[in-house]
Amino acid sequence: MATGAELIRQIKERIEEVDPREVNDLVEGGPNGTLIVDVREQHEFEEAHLPGAKHVPRGHLESRIETAAPDKSKRVILYCQSGNRSALAAHTLQELLGYEDVASMNGGITLWKDRGYDVEVPRSLTAEQRSRYSRHLLIPEIGLEGQMKLLDAKVLLLGAGGLGSPIALYLAAAGVGTLGIVDDDEVDLSNLQRQVAHSEERVGMPKVDSAEIAIKGINGDVNVVKYQKRLDASNIMEIIEGYDVIVDGVDNFPTRYLLNDATVRLRIPVVSASILGFDGQLSVFHPYEGPCYRCLYPTPPPAELAPSCGANGVLGVLPGVMGLLQAVEVIKLVTGAGEPLTGRLLLYEALGATFTELKVRRDPDCPICSRDPESISDEEMGVFPDYEAFCAAAG
Amino acid sequence: MPTAKIPPVLRASTGGEKEVDVDGETVGDALRSLASQHPDTERQLFGENGELNRYVNVYKNDEDVRVLEGLDTPLAGTDTLMILPAMAGG
Repeated sequence: MATGAELIRQIKERIEEVDPREVNDLVEGGPNGTLIVDVREQHEFEEAHLPGAKHVPRGHLESRIETAAPDKSKRVILYCQSGNRSALAAHTLQELLGYEDVASMNGGITLWKDRGYDVEVPRSLTAEQRSRYSRHLLIPEIGLEGQMKLLDAKVLLLGAGGLGSPIALYLAAAGVGTLGIVDDDEVDLSNLQRQVAHSEERVGMPKVDSAEIAIKGINGDVNVVKYQKRLDASNIMEIIEGYDVIVDGVDNFPTRYLLNDATVRLRIPVVSASILGFDGQLSVFHPYEGPCYRCLYPTPPPAELAPSCGANGVLGVLPGVMGLLQAVEVIKLVTGAGEPLTGRLLLYEALGATFTELKVRRDPDCPICSRDPESISDEEMGVFPDYEAFCAAAG
Repeated sequence: MPTAKIPPVLRASTGGEKEVDVDGETVGDALRSLASQHPDTERQLFGENGELNRYVNVYKNDEDVRVLEGLDTPLAGTDTLMILPAMAGG
């Protein structure tokens, strides 16, 4: 009876072995019909593997190879850590499963790495993350890839108030990796009717700190970046740059226009909502892929037609409804799932329980988004024709 | 007869009515019909030159009349006019 080492040596004489250099030429040459299969265990594959390699662990070779390599006439190159397991697997494919063109890579991934060739280091979720996000992983539109995108995403919330509160909580729960929060306000008792990220014991605390506590309570992995300041022309560019999506829940027109102009300049999509009384509006402004805020509202209304929630009141649940619709749009933008609300304005009227959708077109004469983003100057940002009068009237 | 939907901020000018039946074969006629029934809306809808104020968005069904024919956009009896204000509450 042969020893294990002798058996491997004998089998290697009966199969084709290829040098890593030949495999590297194939990898660098792009798609060519040759399939590269890693036959090691899951944890070895997850550590690092050849670029584009499929994974069929040797223990499941017979039952799974046909899914990975359905065409038995096509060339298959197997590899493992050092070239022994892949030789045995190649022998199985060739002698028992009828694969016509099989080879084993000599020296395995060890020799491959010694030669300095590229490896892919796949990212994966920890066991805890797999459990936490299991309901996302089960829906194909999100799945592992979408969850990874969420974990990598940087989302900026403008305002930690009525809209910002539910958004912060749900995006934290969804696993958005970085949540920036801009708010210069402190928690007030009158906020608690709707601003669910805050609490009685945090009245008087800066909202960014209170929101951070709420976020961390749900998901300690979220990186919270706090900006306890009011967004203005002097700080907007440095605050928003680098974020993937911005969520607009600010409570005044000048900041909405300023935000629009800065985000068009930086090409950052904005998920925008506004609320008053029992009414809410929602849209996604994705620069150059759809209209911008100025295409929809070229100028703000005079102050008497633009009352604030502080002056006119708002149903406490309404920002919950609208904020969560915003959170859904953020997740869609980050993961690429579904149809974002770009070029559409969704109106919600709570008393009648009606949703209405209106079309929003890009304005070919838009003072901002009809132009090259680099041509938008600092001086123009946030300016609209009656700016001075508007701000004076608004007090 | 076309219907004009009145946003909350204008309802004080329509005696609280959410929807007003309006006369007219164009958007402009219909809005003037609204203004004649509820005079307080006129100043909010129209500027001194008789044009629609820039801050007032008006939709015929789901389309902004600015991309149609503006105040000259024809209206059928089954059409809905939506008057839409910008809101900034958050």
